[in-house]
Amino acid sequence: MPDLLIELFSEEIPARMQVRAAQDLKQRMTDGLVEAGLTYAGAEAFSTPRRLTLAVEGLTAQSPTLREERKGPRVDAPEKAVQGFLRGAGLTLDQLETRDTPKGAVYFAVIEKPGRPAADIVAEVLEAVIRNFPWPKSMRWGTGTLRWVRPLHSILCLLTDDNGAQVVPLAIEGIESGASTEGHRFMAPGRFSVTSFEDYETKLKRAHVMLSASDRVDHIWHDTTNMAFASGLEVVEDRALLDEVAGLVEWPVVLMGEIDAEFLDLPPEVLQTSMREHQKFFSVRDPKSGQIVRFVTVANRETADDGAIILAGNRKVLGARLADAQFFWQNDLRIAQSDIGKWTQALDNVTFHNKLGSQGERIARIAALAREIAPVAGADPDAAEQAARLAKADLSSEMVGEFPELQGVMGRYYIAAAGYDAAVAQAAEEHYSPLGPSDTVPTAPVSVAVALADKIDMLTGFWAIDEKPTGSKDPFALRRAALGVIRLVLGKNLKLFALTQVIEFAFALHEGREIARSESRFDDGNKKLLKSLGLKADSHIQREQLVNELKKMAQKRFRLNSHVSEPSRTVGFWQLSDGTDVKDAVDGFFSLFDEDVASLLAFLHDRLKVHLREEGIRHDIIDACIAMPNSDDLALLVKRARALDAELKTEEGENLLQGFKRASNILAQAEEKDGVEYSFGADPKFAEDPTETALFTALEQAEPQIKSALEHEDFPAAMAAMAALRAPIDAFFEAVQINTENQTLRRNRLNLLHQIRATCMEVADLTRIEG
Amino acid sequence: MTDTTGAPRSFQDILLRLQSYWAAQGCAILQPYDMEVGAGTFHPATTLRSLGTSPWAAAYVQPSRRPTDGRYGENPNRLQHYYQYQVLIKPSPPDLQALYLGSLEAIGIDMDLHDIRFVEDDWESPTLGAWGLGWEVWCDGMEVSQFTYFQQVGGHDCHPVSGELTYGLERLAMYVLGVAHVMDMPFNAPDAPIPLTYGDVFKQTEEEYARWNFDVADTAMLLRHFEEAEAECAAILAQPDEDPKTGKRIVMAHPAYDQCIKASHVFNLLDARGVISVTERQSYIGRVRALAKQCADAFVRTRAGGWQA
Repeated sequence: MPDLLIELFSEEIPARMQVRAAQDLKQRMTDGLVEAGLTYAGAEAFSTPRRLTLAVEGLTAQSPTLREERKGPRVDAPEKAVQGFLRGAGLTLDQLETRDTPKGAVYFAVIEKPGRPAADIVAEVLEAVIRNFPWPKSMRWGTGTLRWVRPLHSILCLLTDDNGAQVVPLAIEGIESGASTEGHRFMAPGRFSVTSFEDYETKLKRAHVMLSASDRVDHIWHDTTNMAFASGLEVVEDRALLDEVAGLVEWPVVLMGEIDAEFLDLPPEVLQTSMREHQKFFSVRDPKSGQIVRFVTVANRETADDGAIILAGNRKVLGARLADAQFFWQNDLRIAQSDIGKWTQALDNVTFHNKLGSQGERIARIAALAREIAPVAGADPDAAEQAARLAKADLSSEMVGEFPELQGVMGRYYIAAAGYDAAVAQAAEEHYSPLGPSDTVPTAPVSVAVALADKIDMLTGFWAIDEKPTGSKDPFALRRAALGVIRLVLGKNLKLFALTQVIEFAFALHEGREIARSESRFDDGNKKLLKSLGLKADSHIQREQLVNELKKMAQKRFRLNSHVSEPSRTVGFWQLSDGTDVKDAVDGFFSLFDEDVASLLAFLHDRLKVHLREEGIRHDIIDACIAMPNSDDLALLVKRARALDAELKTEEGENLLQGFKRASNILAQAEEKDGVEYSFGADPKFAEDPTETALFTALEQAEPQIKSALEHEDFPAAMAAMAALRAPIDAFFEAVQINTENQTLRRNRLNLLHQIRATCMEVADLTRIEG
Repeated sequence: MTDTTGAPRSFQDILLRLQSYWAAQGCAILQPYDMEVGAGTFHPATTLRSLGTSPWAAAYVQPSRRPTDGRYGENPNRLQHYYQYQVLIKPSPPDLQALYLGSLEAIGIDMDLHDIRFVEDDWESPTLGAWGLGWEVWCDGMEVSQFTYFQQVGGHDCHPVSGELTYGLERLAMYVLGVAHVMDMPFNAPDAPIPLTYGDVFKQTEEEYARWNFDVADTAMLLRHFEEAEAECAAILAQPDEDPKTGKRIVMAHPAYDQCIKASHVFNLLDARGVISVTERQSYIGRVRALAKQCADAFVRTRAGGWQA
């Protein structure tokens, strides 16, 4: 069985695209070969800056012959039918077979498709793969129409078996396939031929090309860490940079250099970012001081002077870059120390989002929210508000202008330099966190308050302008913000964190936007609302007055909503000046706000399900807990869900669930049939069977236990108490028929089932559990 | 002629070597365009000639102005007036990378001692409605050139594709000559009877222009010039193809494009004066792009642009 070797040799492929492209080449080639009837034993793809390579082992030499049989008309069928069949099969009459069947003699056509040699199939599939390659960005060059990531220069396509190697002939836009390739551009110029993958890999190595990206990664990392270690230093790990650098070289040569002493005072984050972003250098740290003192660059060649000139050049370029960074740092520090408020003021003129106003406005909202959240997070409200007001000041600094990824980090330095409390400075750095599912969650109280405020303002803001994420579209990363809220609350186990209240407060900060949307919805023709006020849609002036009144009302309600439970109870509160009661109208006008609060909470619950799925907790278990009271207290909700999940994994719990479902189903059927609700409470005196009495006793014992456990939020204990009902319930169902002739007994037993259901439902809404 | 055997000794030495090298490769050595431009790409020998099907090969130095980069001649690497060396070949030859590397050797970069890399950098000019794919070329970690395969210019797909090379001459020369501050770089031979540094030639003008660009240029006048250039461009292109005086078909793509160049430079000056807000910026760029597109539309209707009677 032959082996296949393909190499697509081009000008430099962007580093970030190489690995994916090699995978795409493998996937598309092997899919195409298999589809055409070939099989193979194994395939591996490789990439370097100038080539994509695919090696397929044990390819079948040709595709199998395909035989198709078609049944035709009877031999005595009309001439027309026979001719039609012949046309369809592409055969002549003498090529047909006649077979006897129970229906008489019938024509059969046997069509054979001969197998094709692998070379033909490979050529065909490869051409299609090249022409339809999924590059993120592709281009044309010269006079051609072929698209590739950069100009494609040569195609190596070789089938090798025991008889030797054979070029698979193929030509695309003047590029003819062959058996040769090139080595390193500078260290081994010129083409050479190969006969197999082993030969190819060996000769490439000799021509200073390390074919495998992971070999290059290993080599770079090995040399880098060794070099640092030999000097008593350590390399700052950066996997993304390592992968990128491995895509910039075919023959990695690691060189370490010193950073000029004048730049060593720069914050390590600045050094690291400048070196990574501009120069693709690794940072090397002194483990004792934590200072970054050297850099590592990876050259693409060996030189006679062991890289001395290359290193000197790189060091010089770095010097120019760091001089810029130092200039920014010193300018910024001067401003931070003299008047950091200048930076926050400047943010009044920076747009956050055209419908959500300036960064300045956003900061004011975050500050108000942070103050509100502070007590729950265990932070001093004044400190939280101050931290929130300063947290984004660094966005005006020159350093963050140059390196946006240093936002927050620079804030910490500058706020500390301005003389603020360390907790306030720390919050500037931490308030963006957690950024992703693996990012660490801040725990310092002030940081938590500001981080929560930041995210809740994001969410309520985009909700208020109706920019919720849909499907795969989430341009403002609101799912990430929601997960951030969840992780902050859970990470800190924020006690009694009633999210609804905070969300309502946050929405109230967006009252103008909420009212504007309500108004436009109203304008769309909320006839019902007008009607409830005895107005006609066309009474224009009245309508305007009404809208104004409603806006005032809505404002009042916005403000009251977060602090007063039921303002509408006050007599006369919802009356217009002429005495008309507009409570319903205001509620209607205001329903949008309630909808937003509910839908944002539902969004957070959805994100929580995704988050807990990683823990292995099923979504229906969470649903069963969301249905319980105070489910906007996420910490409480998760505690309940974890306990329920653990319980249902025990045999006891699983069986209890079955018992519950049985009780619940019988009850539901009976209630539907009888048209009554059996919720009167069963009476033990009608208990006939000992198992019935036992169940009464068990319920009597379980109820106070569950109640007390729930009061202490001891969900495992509540679950255990509930699960203890399993044996009596099972025994009861075993011994007793619910729907007996005796109506008194039947009623009592149905009421008993209701009691089982009600007791279990105290713990979680088990009706929502699947299976 | 310059001595091309030893290491280059001056700024002009490097420039002259590039000229001889690309002349030897068969490029027409053009002279700088006689208008203020932000980059060598604006020269009609690149922008307009990259359009249409006629083959083209040109190389030239283009003085370029970026008013916002002015630093009164104090910053070692930043200038408001600097030189770009530009090569445009259509269709892009298959060995363009090798030709380019040859040019580095011609100015004294020894390929055996330096680390040359092609690092992804896609080029886009929002004002020209143009984009292409290519790289920034690194020599020992320093960006020395921009290498681009033009895909679209003035909203037109490029067929055939041009290969464009742009060298930042000062930076490249400073590296080759080992100079730390641009103003210290020898402009002519250090042992010439009257040796001149880059600073001797340009330090004073950098100061003068920085002051004018940032603080003095009359913004009302500049705004007016922008409007006028825009109007003139439209007026030129609105003329009928046939010249009533000569009876010839004369589509005035180049005079119209001059107005586009003018508008673009005036916009850069206004930007340096800080009178253009973030939102206005986009709209100005869009207006220049609209002019560039109309000029490109006009050029492809000329003989050089591939039009045939």
